[in-house]
Amino acid sequence: MADPPKSANRSGAPGALAGALIAVEKAVKEPLFGCRMCGQCILHSTGLVCPMNCPKNLRNGPCGGVLVDGHCEVYPDRPCVWVEAWKGSRRLPVFRDHMEHLNPPVDWRLQGTSSWLNLATGRDRRVPPAWDAEER
Amino acid sequence: MTPKAAAAPPRSQLEAALRAGRFAVTAEMQPVNGADPEQVRRLASGLKGRVDAANCTDNAAARPHLSPLAAGRFVVEAGVEPIVQLTCRDRNRLGLQADLLGASALGARNVLLLTGDDVSSGDHPEAKPIFDLDSLHLLRIARILRDRGTYLSGRALSSRPDYFVGAVENPFAPPHDFRPVRLSKKVEAGAEFIQTQICFNLPRLREFMARVGDLGLLERVSILVSVYVPRSTRALRFLRDVVPGIDVPDEVMRRLAGAAPGEQAKEGFRLALEIVAALRETPGVSGVHLISIGGQEAILRLIEEAGLRREGESAVSGP
Repeated sequence: MADPPKSANRSGAPGALAGALIAVEKAVKEPLFGCRMCGQCILHSTGLVCPMNCPKNLRNGPCGGVLVDGHCEVYPDRPCVWVEAWKGSRRLPVFRDHMEHLNPPVDWRLQGTSSWLNLATGRDRRVPPAWDAEER
Repeated sequence: MTPKAAAAPPRSQLEAALRAGRFAVTAEMQPVNGADPEQVRRLASGLKGRVDAANCTDNAAARPHLSPLAAGRFVVEAGVEPIVQLTCRDRNRLGLQADLLGASALGARNVLLLTGDDVSSGDHPEAKPIFDLDSLHLLRIARILRDRGTYLSGRALSSRPDYFVGAVENPFAPPHDFRPVRLSKKVEAGAEFIQTQICFNLPRLREFMARVGDLGLLERVSILVSVYVPRSTRALRFLRDVVPGIDVPDEVMRRLAGAAPGEQAKEGFRLALEIVAALRETPGVSGVHLISIGGQEAILRLIEEAGLRREGESAVSGP
């Protein structure tokens, strides 16, 4: 499967539909969730708090540097993204257990693309070949 | 994944000690700022016979030091088993896989895989932090290399690395009720042993251990708790205020501050001794990881006075 079009970088401009989707997704999710358009959205698994706002881009929970008051080690004036995610996830009925799931590494090629489109095409579920292999 | 009582032979003496159920002792090597192998060998020689393994940190506190792979090799040469640490801060997934293979090729039989402090807390705050992977990704990838014999891409290795895989967890940082769950994710990702953040808060640790036990993790992973030997209230304040994620309760601070002038170091040492004694009695704690800043003498004395010496114990058959 071809990689999805990006908003503005090395692979050129996206097609009209993808471009429109990117614009709408950004307009909706940026003000609501501080969305960073990683193109592989896991907001529902992280208490509706965008993990890409974590300065370490963590996808599986907080680092060990969270301050005693629950704030971020890098930005001590802000609450830790993952402390907020944990709180948020406790309020979600269906997805609260997703905090226990192991999220795969970020596919950085998807940065700036529409996660909606990637969800529809299944592109956001594509992981590196050895990642999901079961037998050990 | 593999439970800790697996049939496969232990990959390291640390793993052998933990399997034998012996209270394990590891220590943090002092970081070296230079290119002299002898400096590392000397430090490691001091630990020989006193610890099960010694951690070679990876640009600790986000400051550059001699590489952990190189240090690990010199620790091996001094007759001590290294635990080579790798963080996600300074390398992407290509560099990390290369260094996992490199660590094993250079004789490291333990690795410890962490996210890493942010560059903003070190002395090169203008650097580009990498964080291509998080520590859980790195744990799983280390296991893929070892257990499947391929890179993350699926490309085959010509030979597999051979190491016991460790991770860290901080029971003392928020969100406290998520920390045991995060530990279970690390075990699922591939962690076989854990070293915790420095413990000053025993009640908090006991809560954490109880929950970890409830989750059934103690059969799958061995947990070593870090102990720090404070020399003064100044050192404690530095840990509390400058190193992210360390919980120093007020009563600990008051206890050291209340010591007679010139007696703070003694009181700090007594505190560390008491914490070690308490940890030996804490269900689920498999060992201690000892840390001191600015020299390893305090660690050596603690090992001596707490009766933690390895020599003469025969749980491990050397190579």
